[in-house]
Amino acid sequence: MRITELFDNGQFVVTAEVGPPKGIDASHVVEEAKEYLSGITAVNVTDNQSSVMRMGSLPACVMLKNAGLTPILQLTCRDRNRIALQSELLGAAALGIDNILCLTGDHTKMGDHPGAKPVFDLDSVSLLHTVCQLEKGVDLGGNELVGEAPKFAKGAVVSPCSDSVDAQLAKMERKVMAGAEYFQTQAVFDSEKFIQFMEKAKQFGKPVQLGVIIPKSAGMAKFMNKNVAGVHVPQEMIDALAADKERAKAGITGVEIAAKIIKECRPYCQGVHIMALGWEAKVPQLLELAGI
Amino acid sequence: MLITELKAKETIASQLGSKVFVIFCHGCKEIRFPEKEADDLLEELTAAGKVTGSITTDYICDPDQLKLRLEKFAAAIEGADTILVASCGVGVQTVASMFESKKVVAACDTYALPGFQGVTPLEHDCKQCGECYLNLTGGICPLTACSKSLVNGQCGGCKDGKCEVDPGMECGWERIQKRLAQIGRLDALKAPIQIRNYATDVNI
Repeated sequence: MRITELFDNGQFVVTAEVGPPKGIDASHVVEEAKEYLSGITAVNVTDNQSSVMRMGSLPACVMLKNAGLTPILQLTCRDRNRIALQSELLGAAALGIDNILCLTGDHTKMGDHPGAKPVFDLDSVSLLHTVCQLEKGVDLGGNELVGEAPKFAKGAVVSPCSDSVDAQLAKMERKVMAGAEYFQTQAVFDSEKFIQFMEKAKQFGKPVQLGVIIPKSAGMAKFMNKNVAGVHVPQEMIDALAADKERAKAGITGVEIAAKIIKECRPYCQGVHIMALGWEAKVPQLLELAGI
Repeated sequence: MLITELKAKETIASQLGSKVFVIFCHGCKEIRFPEKEADDLLEELTAAGKVTGSITTDYICDPDQLKLRLEKFAAAIEGADTILVASCGVGVQTVASMFESKKVVAACDTYALPGFQGVTPLEHDCKQCGECYLNLTGGICPLTACSKSLVNGQCGGCKDGKCEVDPGMECGWERIQKRLAQIGRLDALKAPIQIRNYATDVNI
């Protein structure tokens, strides 16, 4: 099932993301997803997230699909050139993966193999364009595909709370030009900023899923403020996380913060995308508290 | 060493305003500049009544030297809406950063040859990629100003205006966005989707 069909039907689409393991046994990822994420629409599978080498997104997607979930293949341009990316897309379609999220990808220097060659032959925009070409039965070199062409729900990302929001909107517009059909955002902690962003982004006419991270502790929030581009946790949330360490440790404060953001932003967006970062078990509680 | 070649006439014409100041850099001894083609272009532009002034010089990559040489052309530059620069990518970027409110147009693509680069790049760099992007980016090279050499806009890694890969470096696309706003060229961000052609890049 392509998740674009659900957006078209006006459904509020809920997705979450999981990361494949650094190893060959993905059973715990599949089990956790089955237990905590089977109630939501689809599950993103990251592609060597943060440039940290792990099992590939595609095999993990297939494992989730076999377990009855709807996976979204994340595909970055950091590790593969245009030949390998197209090859991966054909393989994904052949294996029944029809939801994708196209990203440029973090730089290799940010991860656990900082000496690796960063590829970036294509970027998120030209990758989306490439997918559209394949859907027309032609590859990026202009050669015809043999047989049926693939068909994907094509997603992209945008960073609404970036301090460089005009450049983000310009990039978003290029992604729409290139064929993006839905957007998932970087994590939002400032509802007001997100709502202002959506005022400008709605001109593109594409569904946007609010990005949500459950803040685990004051320390994690401060770390993100210092190190993660486009993410800013306001001081009052950090104070709330610091105030009651027991509740924060149990995850209650973080879940309450995330639920409040979802409630405030829900009228302005078409779905929510939860980056649980290991707290997949809290997703059902978060959705209940957010009234979804 | 490097070679500069003029872009297609139509490509250059589509970038020019009604009044143009022209800078030709015959460069350093390590460079091959398309002298005849450039002279023909200047002649055509002059016949069309577009040229407010022109200078043929060398080492425009040295901003202090260039500033001195342009002093006597102040009125001609003031009267132009566009500065057309035929040089390698470093030269174009040097001029663009000197005239932040003018539209600076690259007339050439720059290709690499083995040997010395033969320029005096102080703060700008040219990858000699053979498909100059400076006309789409307000004269700031996305290949050298962006850690990922992105040609379709900013990634999500800009924090406080800096690149998350190298916090000592400004985000190239944030710079490009600001420059395009400053020169009223934000429409350049709606240019067709760019896919690099590595076949023109002899460094690969």
